[in-house]
Amino acid sequence: MEPVSGESGSERGYLAERGWRSWAYTMDHKRIGLMYLLTTIAFFFIGGVFALLLRLELLSPQAKYFSNHTYNVFFTLHGAMMIFLFIIPAIPSGLGNFFIPMQLGARDVAFPRLNLASYWIFVAGFLVVIASLVSPMDTGWTFYTPYSAKTGAAVATLSFGIFLIGMSSILTGLNFIVTIHKLRAPGMTWHRMPLFIWGMYATSIIQVVATPVVGVTFLLLAMERLLGVVFFDPAKGGDPVLFQHFFWFYSHPVVYVMILPAMGIVSEVIPVFSRKPIFGYKAIAYSSLAIAFIGFLVWGHHMFTSGMSPLANALFSFLTFFVAVPTAVKVFNWIATLYKGSITFESPMLYALTFIGLFIIGGLTGPFLGALATDVQLHDTYFVVAHFHYTMMGGTVMGFFAGLHYWFPKMTGRMLNEKVARIAWALVVVGFNVTFFTMFIAGVRGMPRRYAEYLPRFHAENVISTAGAFLLAIGILVLFWNLWQGLRKGARAPGNPWRALSLEWQTASPPDTENFHEIPEVTDWPYGYGKPKGPAA
Amino acid sequence: MSAPQDGHNDPAVAFEAAKLGVWTFLATEVLLFGALFTAYTVYRAKFPELFQAEHLKLNRILGTLNTVVLLTSSLTVVLGVDAIRRGKARLLQLYYGATVLLGGAFLCVKYIEWTEEFHHGLFPDTNIFFSLYFMMTGLHGIHVFLGMCVLTYVVVLAGRGRLSADYTTPVEMSGLYWHFVDLVWIYLLPLLYLIG
Amino acid sequence: MGKVFAFGAASGHAARVDAVFLMILVIGGFFFFLTQGMLIYFAVKYRRRRPDRDNETPQITGNHLLEFFWIAIPSLVVLAIFYYGWRVYSDLNISPVGATEVYVNARQWLYEVKYPDGRTALNEIHVPAGKPVKFILSSSDVIHGFYLPDFRVKMDMIPGRTTTLWVQPDKPGRYQIYCTVYCGDGHSTMLAQMIAMDAHGYAEWQEHRQEEAGEKEHEPLAERGERIMRKAGCFNCHAVEGPEKIGPDLKGVYGRKVALEGGRTVVADEEYLRESIVDPGAKIVKGHPNVMPTFKTTLSPGDVDAVVAYLKTLK
Repeated sequence: MEPVSGESGSERGYLAERGWRSWAYTMDHKRIGLMYLLTTIAFFFIGGVFALLLRLELLSPQAKYFSNHTYNVFFTLHGAMMIFLFIIPAIPSGLGNFFIPMQLGARDVAFPRLNLASYWIFVAGFLVVIASLVSPMDTGWTFYTPYSAKTGAAVATLSFGIFLIGMSSILTGLNFIVTIHKLRAPGMTWHRMPLFIWGMYATSIIQVVATPVVGVTFLLLAMERLLGVVFFDPAKGGDPVLFQHFFWFYSHPVVYVMILPAMGIVSEVIPVFSRKPIFGYKAIAYSSLAIAFIGFLVWGHHMFTSGMSPLANALFSFLTFFVAVPTAVKVFNWIATLYKGSITFESPMLYALTFIGLFIIGGLTGPFLGALATDVQLHDTYFVVAHFHYTMMGGTVMGFFAGLHYWFPKMTGRMLNEKVARIAWALVVVGFNVTFFTMFIAGVRGMPRRYAEYLPRFHAENVISTAGAFLLAIGILVLFWNLWQGLRKGARAPGNPWRALSLEWQTASPPDTENFHEIPEVTDWPYGYGKPKGPAA
Repeated sequence: MSAPQDGHNDPAVAFEAAKLGVWTFLATEVLLFGALFTAYTVYRAKFPELFQAEHLKLNRILGTLNTVVLLTSSLTVVLGVDAIRRGKARLLQLYYGATVLLGGAFLCVKYIEWTEEFHHGLFPDTNIFFSLYFMMTGLHGIHVFLGMCVLTYVVVLAGRGRLSADYTTPVEMSGLYWHFVDLVWIYLLPLLYLIG
Repeated sequence: MGKVFAFGAASGHAARVDAVFLMILVIGGFFFFLTQGMLIYFAVKYRRRRPDRDNETPQITGNHLLEFFWIAIPSLVVLAIFYYGWRVYSDLNISPVGATEVYVNARQWLYEVKYPDGRTALNEIHVPAGKPVKFILSSSDVIHGFYLPDFRVKMDMIPGRTTTLWVQPDKPGRYQIYCTVYCGDGHSTMLAQMIAMDAHGYAEWQEHRQEEAGEKEHEPLAERGERIMRKAGCFNCHAVEGPEKIGPDLKGVYGRKVALEGGRTVVADEEYLRESIVDPGAKIVKGHPNVMPTFKTTLSPGDVDAVVAYLKTLK
């Protein structure tokens, strides 16, 4: 087996080289991944601060701490930052960059220079987005026309920023596709790849196909503001609903960009901590591709009340339900993996199991929105807000936390304090549910979303949600404080603290820059847990 | 047992990777232009008379000229790729240089066309036909310009002796991209200029 | 049924939507408890009791029969949900016979209501109970929404297009209307109400143009003015206390010297206030955008007088 940390000449492996230039000009996928992680986590915090400000204001039915306009800016920034600057890039460009080559047994991605360029384009993008804050947007993260074409905010600047971020996302996806096709270690057939890779492969396909469409959409929006082009302007024959079609053609598939990598992480963690092979490997692998494919066909379900024909509505509703099936398959397979396993509950496993539970709730509230009759009632209410927070935060963010805790020893060479990690986990889970389950109720009772002020009948739900939000925030702070402490004084991590079988664990913690001394030769799939010739305790 | 070659050091793998990379990138470009072609389809179906009337205001002669220019430039690209495959770096420079010049000519003709249109009071905000016309030809023009930059860089690489019959990757990849840019124009021409 | 959702279904269609909701809830609940239950059960039952006993787990990598069932059954279940949801939804696409038609046009940030006989109103829609009502919806500026939660229906209001929605209120009552498509600063205060009246009440209302529920016979002019302003959504843009909004502050407006765009200064007398309501673009207050809609057709001269009277009381 590979040496434990400390043997390969430098105790700090890929982290050894110092100086800002060794980071700014690095072509090491691990360093690039780390930079993405730190950047996206920073935006997670900023987006979170906006969320807390929103919840603070929503304690009172009328405007209290700031004006309605400011509230509207805050929810726009919360949504746009969380989506474009955190959730889309965090797992793919962060953990994906770090671990795709390692899990494949490669030294780096296919195009390391392109990888670095992707990161700096991302930085340029968010700097432009920040520049647009001189005249901040209040359109909601969906930027619907005509309002976004008419509002007095810096829409063109923001559009350009998002265009750049999208470009970064496309190039990353492209890099991953080629890496997965061409740089697998000898002997690693497609069916011997880790499931995280399958998830990332499907994700990358979506990124490459969908993102250009939203790029053009934002380009057209900027051109409408700058040059008065007529695409979405009803006064000159344009169609504002066309914007919605273009926007959602990307934005629906992008939710699968958000969830598939997290599902991939769960597929990695569950077998390791149950010491059992994953149940239904092929089903999980191909369900990722199925979700990606079906995901392109259902965008109209965001637009059932926008005046589309009844036939179009029926078609989109019908197709929408089929996304549930491959998703359900994954859930059943993960649970079946636990059957007759030998399970322990370290923090990665806690988050992975939490993902399953919360994502199920998010997923099961989807049919209410996919079914036409109930969608007409629940669309644009807090029910939708709750649904997507359960899938995106209860799902993706929990998966992200699982990945962070799971791979922390590998990335940093340190172990985390499990006790504190579990306390953070408990706070997060309780806080999350208090915050967001209440919103289902508010939505069913008719509270619309994006409301700075609301009628007194919704007061109780809002107070409860706010209390939950602050609890959740405390949990998250404890979680990251624990990561910080682990970085500074965690116990030294061995090469393979979880006794996992995938290739990234056959390196030092942290790994050397070149990942592997010798490219390994693969003879089996990475889920042979419990076999007699598996790694001994 | 000797260590298996890892992908980055193996030229065959690197070439295959580059090819897959460029084709994937071209797929994203198809989606990029595809969105605009979709908008075109939607609005053409909605306002057929407008499209019929307005498209006659475009200069079909200059449009055809530009088509000839781009097709010729694709030919010079093919000749350039063939040249470097036979190890002739100087010849490649000649052909790719010619391609860049032809690209420049394309952009000049575009400039003339657009100026003429502005002169006649036809602007991006005039109506939906001209919004589409200026956006699609504008985006295409940007791609031509970026292609010219890439081809120029390849000419520079050739000048520095970095290309040979064993290493033709930058030439092949940039050539593919240029063909794509040409192909987009082949679609734009009839949709905007020709069909009533 | 109403108790489940803490507010009643106000129409037959709403009750049918609630039935679909309940069906999905029951199915979802079943799968939730099934999966969560198994997850928790397995996690507890198969927890590692002895640290060295983890090499004895069975090599179960799949089970084709099981996998077939858990693909087939969810597929059938979702098909059923789709079908039922679609059938109930299809009600909405049948234009009802003998419906009262009401035109509603949204603009930032109010609903202009127009009845077939030409009468207009703001933010209040009077309809007869027990009969279908068809709303013909449009917008003058950006996309707005028209949501009646009691009826479980909504429809977007799109500039350059008309969309339609119909409801049938079973009983008289006041029903809330919300805007559900984000449309700017006044989005959350752009509220309206549909007032369904019994046959007698509706007939009376039709005869008396200005009479609404709640109006007192000898209502002081200023009080009436405040009521009209509230209904017309004036306070969405004009503050009378607290931070200034998009329109000029109204506290102390009467008699104030007002600086206009273009350099002139005028005194806000009765005539200025009246003109600001019926022809707001005539004089633009410096530092404010020219976005106020005219109320010439929606407020009678008597209404305007009442508003002016009210404004004079704001010191």
